[in-house]
Amino acid sequence: MTTAPAVGRPVDRVDGRHKVTGGAHYSADVRPTDRAHAVLVGARVPSGRVTGIDTDEARQAGGVLAILTHENLPGIATQPPLLPSLAGMPAPGQTFFPLQDEVVHYSGQPVAVVVADTLERAQHAAALVRVTYQETPSVTTVAQGRDDAYVPDAIFGGFVPGRSVRGDVEAGLAAADVRIDATYTYAANHHNPIEPAATTAVWDGDQLTLYDATQGVAATQLTVAALLGLSPSKVRVLSHFVGGSFGCKAMIWAHPALAALAARHVGRPVKLSLTREQMFTSVGHREEQEQRIELGADKEGRLVALRHHKLSPTSPFDDWAEPSLGVASQLYACAHYEGVYRLFRANTMTPTFMRAPGEASGMFALECTMDDLAHQLGIDPVELRLRNYSETDPTTKNPWSSTGLKECYARGAERFGWHRRRPAPRSHRDGDWLIGYGMAAAGYPVYGPNNPQRARARLYADGTAVVQAATPDFGTGVATVMTQVAADALGLPWERCRFEGGDTALPGIAAAVGSAGAGMISAAVHTAAARLRDQLVAQAVADSQSPLHGADPAAVTVRDGRMMLRDAPATGETYGDLLHRNFLPDVEASGAWSPSPESHHYGMMTFGAQFAEVAVDPDLGVVRVRRMVGAFAPGRVLNPKTARSQLMGGMLWGLGQALLEANYMDPRRGRWVASGLGDYLVPVNADAPDIEVELVDVTDDIVNPLGVKGVGEIGQVGAAAALANALHHATGRRVRKLPVTIEDLL
Amino acid sequence: MSAPDIPSRAPARAVLPERGPEPVRITLTVNGVDRAVEVEPRVSLLDALRERLDLTGAKKGCDQGTCGACTVWVDGRRVLACLTLAITCEGREVTTIEGLAEGDELHAMQSAFIEQDAFQCGYCTPGQIMSAVALLKEGHASDDREIAEWMSGNICRCAAYPHIRAAIRTVRDRA
Amino acid sequence: MRPISYSRATAVADAVAAVAADPTSDFLAGGTTEVDLLRQNVLLPRRLVDINDLPLTGIEDRPDGGLYIGALARMSEVAEAPAVRERFPMVAEALVLGASAQLRHMASMGGNMMQRVRCGYFRDASSPCNKRDPGSGCGALDGFNRGHAVLGVSEHCIATHPSDVAVPLVALDARIHTEGPHGRQVHALDDFFLLPGATPHLEHPLEHGELVVGIEVPGLAMARSSCYLKVRDRESYEFALTSVAAAVDLADGVIRDVRLALGGVATKPWRARRAEELLRGAPADIGAFRRAAREELAAARTTPLNAFKAELARRTVVRALATLTGTEHAS
Repeated sequence: MTTAPAVGRPVDRVDGRHKVTGGAHYSADVRPTDRAHAVLVGARVPSGRVTGIDTDEARQAGGVLAILTHENLPGIATQPPLLPSLAGMPAPGQTFFPLQDEVVHYSGQPVAVVVADTLERAQHAAALVRVTYQETPSVTTVAQGRDDAYVPDAIFGGFVPGRSVRGDVEAGLAAADVRIDATYTYAANHHNPIEPAATTAVWDGDQLTLYDATQGVAATQLTVAALLGLSPSKVRVLSHFVGGSFGCKAMIWAHPALAALAARHVGRPVKLSLTREQMFTSVGHREEQEQRIELGADKEGRLVALRHHKLSPTSPFDDWAEPSLGVASQLYACAHYEGVYRLFRANTMTPTFMRAPGEASGMFALECTMDDLAHQLGIDPVELRLRNYSETDPTTKNPWSSTGLKECYARGAERFGWHRRRPAPRSHRDGDWLIGYGMAAAGYPVYGPNNPQRARARLYADGTAVVQAATPDFGTGVATVMTQVAADALGLPWERCRFEGGDTALPGIAAAVGSAGAGMISAAVHTAAARLRDQLVAQAVADSQSPLHGADPAAVTVRDGRMMLRDAPATGETYGDLLHRNFLPDVEASGAWSPSPESHHYGMMTFGAQFAEVAVDPDLGVVRVRRMVGAFAPGRVLNPKTARSQLMGGMLWGLGQALLEANYMDPRRGRWVASGLGDYLVPVNADAPDIEVELVDVTDDIVNPLGVKGVGEIGQVGAAAALANALHHATGRRVRKLPVTIEDLL
Repeated sequence: MSAPDIPSRAPARAVLPERGPEPVRITLTVNGVDRAVEVEPRVSLLDALRERLDLTGAKKGCDQGTCGACTVWVDGRRVLACLTLAITCEGREVTTIEGLAEGDELHAMQSAFIEQDAFQCGYCTPGQIMSAVALLKEGHASDDREIAEWMSGNICRCAAYPHIRAAIRTVRDRA
Repeated sequence: MRPISYSRATAVADAVAAVAADPTSDFLAGGTTEVDLLRQNVLLPRRLVDINDLPLTGIEDRPDGGLYIGALARMSEVAEAPAVRERFPMVAEALVLGASAQLRHMASMGGNMMQRVRCGYFRDASSPCNKRDPGSGCGALDGFNRGHAVLGVSEHCIATHPSDVAVPLVALDARIHTEGPHGRQVHALDDFFLLPGATPHLEHPLEHGELVVGIEVPGLAMARSSCYLKVRDRESYEFALTSVAAAVDLADGVIRDVRLALGGVATKPWRARRAEELLRGAPADIGAFRRAAREELAAARTTPLNAFKAELARRTVVRALATLTGTEHAS
């Protein structure tokens, strides 16, 4: 047992043993007795109406319990509005619920749910459901929808305006010494966590329990309750292990409610797992998009004006685009700015959050253009960024709550060996390979929740503690780091603390999205645990039998579960002594936290800098990423082991975004061309170089009690741009599309 | 029959016995234990393990042979349980992640995965570990490049790849 | 997946008789194609005849220095076999660069010869596809066809043949041995893979119930100096965009003999006979390689999305030959 603080130590994951032994039970692993299986049938056309559903053959197949279509599924009670799940309210991924009528809006839209006693029988019967359609013309690509684009009032659940302006961008561009006008195109992306979305629904009378793969159990609970017209008090959601999300389990899609409806219909527990193919049409995606940047600068490379427009398809129901323009409008001092989102209606579901939602695409455009500017002016890319460093948030003029950006540039460059880079493209070789070095800046906002985040801490008389909050751990390490946070606040070794989460029966936490999880949950846990410690100390000093009786509580410290006078450590007693003496089996306290009003007066952002080295075979167009170095300033690092893993994962997502990940609509058929992991390529082990993560220490007293700014997304921001800039440096060729593939480099 | 100049002349049996399509009783040897189970012949080894034998360690990531999350051993060789029919495994030894540890004592690879933080969400991890242990037995872990290539059939969307290599190196070098 | 029934055979004759007598029975070997496409409802057999217990797993030396590879030898076993690695390195390399370690443990050599295309329109049972549903049309022709074939295509089908190992085997003039209702047959590998033409649903000259029992690889001294070069978007676990199997017999800077085949670009493993012809007797220099590659790809029929594959194939040929002959290749 150690007395050093637990926070900041590279503690092994507390759930590691479960995960390496197969003992971790994910939502599709729970097996209630008499469980039946539901399989979705998706529309085969992108637009039109269902004219008939012939279920005869399917019904005659063995084991079929029910076939639900718009003709017999009970209608939903209410359709809640689309709000990002961090808001803590019902959070449907789109404001459309399927199986309410015969209209088909997008390919893959559920048109039937088949329930059978075994999975094989449900799958087979689903294939036997004959659906006929009257198909109408569809729009699915930017090329088709470009001329019908409009500027929405707001996107992203109403949180982001369609147009943002500061200064006079036209005048700024006119006055600039240098102008660059560049257009970037992006293929659509899919999250593809290895765990497909899954829900197991169990009714007990009118009480519903859902085992759901989700980033927020309350989001599932509130959304399903609203859709089904149930009180949230009748819906419990459990999510102990989640096999990755990356945003596709951040909003609540149709399948949890459909699982619940199917289970109620057949009177048995029902498991509904999406197939891999359905993961492309059921849980949102990062939309295809086009971004245009017009940038004006003076001769020294200082930005004068920036115009950033984005065009992308959204669904027939919602004005959604990932907020690509946000961080790209905030990172550099630039007096004149105009950002505009343009949308067009398309036959797709509503796109959604996908890791670094917006920042990963918007910063690609900006940081490639900055690289062009550096090249054109003969300024080192790092130096160019330092010249444009903004001491305040350019959008509000508020000071940053903390930065570290300059140090990220310096430390990243040093670790990478940036000084060895010769500026001219094609100036580094290794045998037949052209070598290129590239860099880019990174930023990701620090988001706060809209309502109080709650946790509960309980200390037992044996000196162990349990801390509870409703959040699931979908790979972030939250269960591990919250154990550490609670331990320090209670003055216990972390080994004597345990975190419980993933259950709406526990104190409420909003969905852990937007890299906000560690900050807001640690705030709640810290508050609860500190309150419990204060309560115990208060009881001790009030207890005439305690050695601490009459002491000033402020003079008491706790270490290894023993309360003592800071200046006379020999005077004190353990928590256990206090509890035993007072016939207390345990003591409990709750805590809640909301962002301070003061935080509104600051710009809050996590900063970083990305560096990459690529090798290009110029004959064959083959790219090998040799190394990536990322320097990040994410505020307090609760656990460097898990934090580094998340940052590394984000950087490798940048690699996938840069070189591999793409899906396209076949415009004639209105369907995605890739529908599995064999054709939607994500990086495999052989693609992934060793990754170096440099953590830059910054203290932040504004964002939350522990100064945690988050690590989930920042690793990806700028990584694709650093790689594209390295490709430019290697080959002299500027590719303005993602992903960059072999044909772009031949 | 093997070489081309020794053609087979064995007479054909009139009819091969046929089982199914309704559920048939089969016995699978899983982690050294004989387990009787009723399955239709179309049931995959993965679904037999997960849905009938309560062994949910092997995971379904794609059901198409494209991710590796369902990796188990059949007769000691790493294979994909999603593309293997359960009934074809009669008479063969199936080993899953649940059979790797010796009681409470983790296999060295399991411990190394924890130490090296070779996973985040953990969903691909059983498949990664079954692949990693097999990889060492196959003798394809001489350097990082080889490890990376021979572990590329196991996708980790959290992208813990460098740490997975580190875990494998650790166990290799301890041996 | 439809309900299926199952039989397990222990003798070749039993397996052949069982399938030959029943148009709704299929053989089941490694299952990596069969089970996948059953689940996609692309293949619809009533019964599977499991042939994994048949004694067809050997890898045997032939008197001419060649090999006879049993149809049920697994890809991984063949890749590791010393005789294959020493005498036919391009075969071992093609095997190791295919699929993943797990799939290579499962997939048999015979099954590899019989694997189906990866075209998304073929795999999606509701898309038009002349191969899966003759006469229904081809979704790929004016669909998303970046990965599709540029050689051997027809107006009915442009699906790329997916096998890696078939590429060196076709270069080596390998022969497929089968047992069928009409006894033993031997098919030259180049004739074993049919061009789609107007009948893309016919992929092999096999009758129903005819079982691949082995692959005969004739001895070829120069195959000891051979290589397989594969180009793809992802570094591993992906089918080829282009690939080249090449073996060269070089003397005094002159190519005395050469074997060359292409993968990833054609509707069948593509023996580059035109290029071989031009290279035989030519100096081993970049000019000769480029000329040969250009001529071989002259017949390429491309789409806007896959046009790059013709150029990439040319460059892959040049690179493979340059590497094999130790020729400087300018970039």
